[in-house]
Amino acid sequence: MLELQNISFSVTEENGGTKDIIKDLSLKIDDKKFVVITGPNGSGKSTLAKLIAGIEQVTAGKIFYNGEDITDKSITERAKLGISFAFQQPVRFKGIKVKDLLKLAAGENFKKGACDYLGEVGLCARDYLNRDIDGSLSGGELKRIEIATIIARNMPLSIFDEPEAGIDLWSFKNLIKVFEKLHREQENSIMIISHQERILNIADEIIVIAAGKIKATGKKEDILPELLEGTSCRFYNED
Amino acid sequence: MDEIQKTLLEQVAGLHEVPAGAYNIRANGGLDSRNTTANIDIVTKEDQPGIDIIIKPGTKKESVHIPVLLSQSGLQDMVYNDFYIGDDCDVVIVAGCGIHNGGNKLTKHDGIHTFHIGKNAHIKYVEKHYGSGEGTGENVMNPQTIVYIEDGGFMEMETVQIRGIDSTERVTKAKLGANARIVITEKIMTHGRQYAKTEFEVDMDGEGSSTNVISRSVAKDDSSQLFVSKINGNNKCAGHTECDAIIMDRAHISAVPEITANDLEAELIHEAAIGKIAGEQIVKLMTLGLTEDEAEEQIVNGFLK
Repeated sequence: MLELQNISFSVTEENGGTKDIIKDLSLKIDDKKFVVITGPNGSGKSTLAKLIAGIEQVTAGKIFYNGEDITDKSITERAKLGISFAFQQPVRFKGIKVKDLLKLAAGENFKKGACDYLGEVGLCARDYLNRDIDGSLSGGELKRIEIATIIARNMPLSIFDEPEAGIDLWSFKNLIKVFEKLHREQENSIMIISHQERILNIADEIIVIAAGKIKATGKKEDILPELLEGTSCRFYNED
Repeated sequence: MDEIQKTLLEQVAGLHEVPAGAYNIRANGGLDSRNTTANIDIVTKEDQPGIDIIIKPGTKKESVHIPVLLSQSGLQDMVYNDFYIGDDCDVVIVAGCGIHNGGNKLTKHDGIHTFHIGKNAHIKYVEKHYGSGEGTGENVMNPQTIVYIEDGGFMEMETVQIRGIDSTERVTKAKLGANARIVITEKIMTHGRQYAKTEFEVDMDGEGSSTNVISRSVAKDDSSQLFVSKINGNNKCAGHTECDAIIMDRAHISAVPEITANDLEAELIHEAAIGKIAGEQIVKLMTLGLTEDEAEEQIVNGFLK
């Protein structure tokens, strides 16, 4: 469903030089797959997610979605084609309520699912639907609402950028349950950027990225043991 | 009342027809219609244009609507409306002015509203300003609201100006007795080359009095806004003023909060923030399938809701 062909992304640095964040990377994600992308900090994982959603634009290469070249398509166009993106740091809005955001995400399906979306992430709709998405919500609450918007959209490809970042332990346990459920249902493809073993553990496929390139890709059974060996790992060394 | 006036009435008072309860509808400088109730009397002033609204002590769950509608280009209207609200009342007052300027002349409405609020009375006062019309004439409104609240009285004031007013200078002044309270919420959006100045001044004279003055505004295109909020703590009291503004395009916004403590027990806070729409807010809404323009509209509407 998604194919990245030799994509690169570089930024101009303050001293005028260029820095390559993603280097000639190619990747395919099939329908209804649960893929986790992992790798050390600064390896380009989040950038990769943003390039797919259109938040950043590739400097070389092509992106295909269901065979269609979406390289030059905007965020909006990609969203309409069926790509969802959950932010690592959810955005706050003054005056926009949880209900409003879920309505925008769910479109026509909003009425029948209003309670379900929040219930899925362990929040009571009655307590949250009329809350503003602003500083009055905790980081964990915001994160769960962000994930609820992705569930509400119910798109063929959902990308989650480090869903575990910035949430408390209780929220994390529930988060794992949410992803386990999404995986069980296997209706859509899910791509998660994550460092967490428990998230890696529910992946069909793990992709390891380091220094803007794919270091390894394969089934969980093949990749995970090596990753967990820590210092002896040949793909992944966070130090 | 013609169709244009009916549209204005809906915009400023949310009314499709004459309201229930007491009302006084002023159209093109004269009385259109009026209704009084057993507890609420409305009397035309004899010495100057305007009305006295007299609400008997203890009146509860009643409302008064006093919209002003101008659809004649070039009309310059000025009224003095005085409200006498008895002790222990609990009433809603809806004012508002709508101008439809189909011509090329300046159309103007200046209203001075004075409220005398009795002991322990609770007033909700809603005021909307709206302009429309394809003409090139300017729509101008300069409302003044003067409020005196006796001991234990409480006024909630909501003032909204979303469209079509080319120039406004709004002055709101309040004097509070012991344990009296006023909460003012202002929402303003300016566009084109509009100018809006709002000035609030609250004197907390009585012990235990309090106020909260909250302004949210959006300035688009080449419009400009000036927000002035003065809070004087003259006794043991609590005051808070907040201005939160979104600037867009080539607009200008100034916020001038001024808090003065004249008593050791006065607790006063001011907050003011002006900034453009955060890029990440637009990006988030775009990932939900909105275009950039739709995202911007959603953010502005939510902010002013």
